[in-house]
This record gives sequence, C-alpha cells and structure tokens, in this order.
Amino acid sequence: MSEAAPEPAAVPRPRREVPLVPAASIAGRALVSVIAIMTFLAALAAGGALLVAGTSRDWQAAVSREATVQVRPMPGRDIDADVARAAEVARAAPGLAAVEPFDKGQAEKLLEPWLGTGLDLGDLPIPRLIVLRLAPGARLDGPALAAALAAALPDATLDDHAAWQGRLSAMADALVGIAGVVVLLVLTALGLAVAFATRGVMAGNREIIGVLHFVGAEDRFIAREFQRHFLRLGLQGAGLGGGLAALAFLVANLVTAHLAGGAGADEVEALFGTFALGPRGYGAIAAIALGTALATGWMSRAIVFRHLRGLG
Amino acid sequence: MVRFENVGLRYDMGAEILKDLSFSIAPESFQFLTGPSGAGKTTLLRLMLLSLKPTRGLITLFGRDAATLDKDAVTGLRRRIGVVFQDFRLLDHLTTYENVALPLRVQGREEAGYRAEVVELLRWVGLGERMGAHPPVLSGGEKQRAAIARALIMRPELLLADEPTGNVDPPLARRLLRLFMELHRSGTAVVIATHDLALMDQFSHIRRLVLGDRRLTVYE
Repeated sequence: MSEAAPEPAAVPRPRREVPLVPAASIAGRALVSVIAIMTFLAALAAGGALLVAGTSRDWQAAVSREATVQVRPMPGRDIDADVARAAEVARAAPGLAAVEPFDKGQAEKLLEPWLGTGLDLGDLPIPRLIVLRLAPGARLDGPALAAALAAALPDATLDDHAAWQGRLSAMADALVGIAGVVVLLVLTALGLAVAFATRGVMAGNREIIGVLHFVGAEDRFIAREFQRHFLRLGLQGAGLGGGLAALAFLVANLVTAHLAGGAGADEVEALFGTFALGPRGYGAIAAIALGTALATGWMSRAIVFRHLRGLG
Repeated sequence: MVRFENVGLRYDMGAEILKDLSFSIAPESFQFLTGPSGAGKTTLLRLMLLSLKPTRGLITLFGRDAATLDKDAVTGLRRRIGVVFQDFRLLDHLTTYENVALPLRVQGREEAGYRAEVVELLRWVGLGERMGAHPPVLSGGEKQRAAIARALIMRPELLLADEPTGNVDPPLARRLLRLFMELHRSGTAVVIATHDLALMDQFSHIRRLVLGDRRLTVYE
C-alpha cells in the first residue's frame, strides 16, 4: 500500500472549534430557506397587526376628542334659533374647548360627495351639525349633555361617536387577533419543519453520533452540538426573513410617502397609516427573528436528547 | 478488568451467534482475539464496549456489572477504553489533529490544554506531517494510525483494536503491532482482533482468544 505524499510539517494553528455536525448540507440550506420564509411571513403579520392597532388607536384618539350635536329640522321651528340654543347648552357643559355650529352652507357642503355640486338643496330638510371639541385631558359627560339638550330642545341629539368607536375597536382587535393566529400558525409550521429537519440531519449523521458515543461523548454534549448546528441555521434563516420583512416595511413606507395624495394611497394610508413601523415595530420583527432562531436551536436539542435517551 | 461468564448472544429469535463465553482480560495484559471471518470477533468487541447487550450471562467491566449500568455510567466506562475500528470511523470534515483530539474535546477540555499532547502523539504515530490533512486525502495506513492515535489520546486502561492491520501492508502491520506492544508496556491492556495468522505467528508467546463454532477457546 502506498503512502500519500507528506505535506510540509506544520503544527495546526489554534482556530475556532469546527462544528462536529457538518455545517453545509442540502437539507441545511433548505431549512434556512424555510425558516427565512416563515420568519418573513410571521414578521409581516406581526408588523401589519401593529400598524392596524396603531392606526386604530390614532383614529379612536382623534374621534374621542370630538362629539357632534345634530339638530333636525322640524315643522314650525326655526332651525337657526334651535342651533344657537343647542350651542348655548353645549357651551355650558364642562370640558369643552370649542363649540362650532355649522351653518347651512357648511351642512350642504358635507353632502356634496354624495349628491354632487350645483344642486339647489335649499328646499331639503338638511340637519345641522354642531362640532364639539374637547379640552386636552378632559372627558365629556355625554349622558348629562344629552339630557340637557333633550330638555332644552325636542330636535337636538348628541352623538359622542361611542358606537362608531366600539365598532372600530372591534375591527382592529379582530385584525390583530387574526394576525396573532397567523403568527402562531406560521411558528407551529416552522416547529414541525425543524422537527423533521432535525430527524433528517440525525439520520444523515448517524455515523458521527456513533463515533461520538464511542469516544465517550455524553448525550448532553451531542445534543448541544446539534443545538449549535440548528441555532446557526436558525440565525441565518431568521435573520434573512426578518431583514427582508423590515426592508419590505421600509420600502412600503417610502412608496406610500411617494404616492401620498393619490387616489389609492388615501385608502391604504387610512387603514395602515404610513407603514412607518417605528422602533417598536422593528423591535418586534427583531424579537420574532431572534425568538425563531433560539426556538429552532432549543427544539432540535430537545428532539436529539430525547432520541438519544431512547437509544438506551 | 473485563470478565465474561457464560455470556450468550442472539439476535431476535434466531440461534445464538455466541454461546457460553467465559474469559477475563487482566490489567496490563496483551492478547489476540482471532478466528475465521464471520466468527464474531467484532461482535465480541462490541459486547466488551457495551454497545451490545448479551442475551444471557454476566459481563463485568472494571469491576461493575454491565447489566446494572445506566447510560451515563456506560459513557464513563467508555472513556477508559480506547477503540480502533476496522473501518477507522474518522470524521471526514475534521482534520487529523481534530479527529485525534475528539475524545478530549467531548469531555469539554480547552484546546490550549491538550494541544501539545495531541501533537506529540501524532508525531509518535508518524503523522506529524499530516496533522492538518482531512481523512479523505489520507492513505489507508495514515487513517489507521490516526484512528489508533485517537484511541490512545485518553491513555486508556484497555485498548480494543478491530483488525488494525487489515488495511496495511506487512511492514506497516509489523510497525503498528510494535506500537501496540509499546503501549502495552506502558500499562494498557490490549486486545487485538485479527485473522492474520502470519502476523500472530511472529508473536507466538502472546495469549490468544480463539473464536470458532460460536464458542471461545483461550490459549495462554
């Protein structure tokens, strides 16, 4: 048997410990892709939920700073006098910073988006509105004001937007809940993918596991090596997926800013705001990515450890 | 050190492939385990290494009944045994140096603490020039010596070698055997499984454990 030609004598330099589970494999690359896609979807869902929740909060805050008194025209009554009387009653209520009655022209202008311009609305019984703006930090005693208005006028009603706020809040909560379920489903699917991948890598490295056992490695050591392997894959995949999700929000923010004022942009901005996630949103994406990577490592360690214990 | 009493082994419901094995391995002893191919030499080594459980009989290893050992205890005993596999079982993605250092690494020892020791052993087995090479580029003899160095790095009390000269030419086989003899003189009990009669005849005074017809005969 011929010996291979000797290499030049050299004492190997100290270097970082080489992973005992080989890093490069087709299964490993596939798992990185799966983790990246799952993290991307989970981060999009979580970021979208945060945007909707934030926009909903802004809407509710804006709406809760206002209330409206509606004065309906009634036969035999002077609506201008009733509006003035209702405004007087409203001004007596505590906590209001401004009371702004809309005149007839303003009331008709509100109908233009539905009826168009150039129509003579003079003969229509159009209700008149009084906008009440709350002082900063103040709360409107809606029932008391409604009672006072009812006592003073038969045709005035108060709308403090509570019902609308309630529906808005329910819708936002539902969207956030759906996003939460999506995140959970994605993470569950990811967990299953990691479990399958772990078993596949273990099967592919059965000989390495055998050698490690024969040279005196404890199950804890072997499980830790697999954990390191999968943590590395998890960090690669989750970093890639989380980074792409953050980039997607950044690009969406830039695009909506660029298209601001356009026909479709208003609706999109009304629902999601400006796609500006802010530090909290990007922090959430980073947390999802890091959590995904850590969970990947931890789960593979648990699976390997249980499998090795089962070998007896 | 190792004691077998009426040990038998069968797979599933088949006939016994090893029966009524009774022998012992003394500390600092040297013996050949021999027999025709397929006689069960590797199986017997695996029983000694506790990677197989006997169907019947008693195996005592370092004074402890193997049947009562939990997994951690088995791991602890394996650290006192060096093994040279017939197919080497080196990890291809590690260098020769890293393969030899593996038993120390799995014990959590720092590389700086064992570096000089591994380098010295590699030079002793004649691989001082091949420390950075990976197994796929090593010759059969180099792989064999790397596997032997890995088995010796922990200074085992017992060395089990499965056909360690099976893949090398006669001069290298004699050189490897002298290496085992040197190890034996330093206090390690050695069991060498081989069917190379010519090699054994060069050491006719050595104790032989001969497997045949599923039984073991000891020639002192």
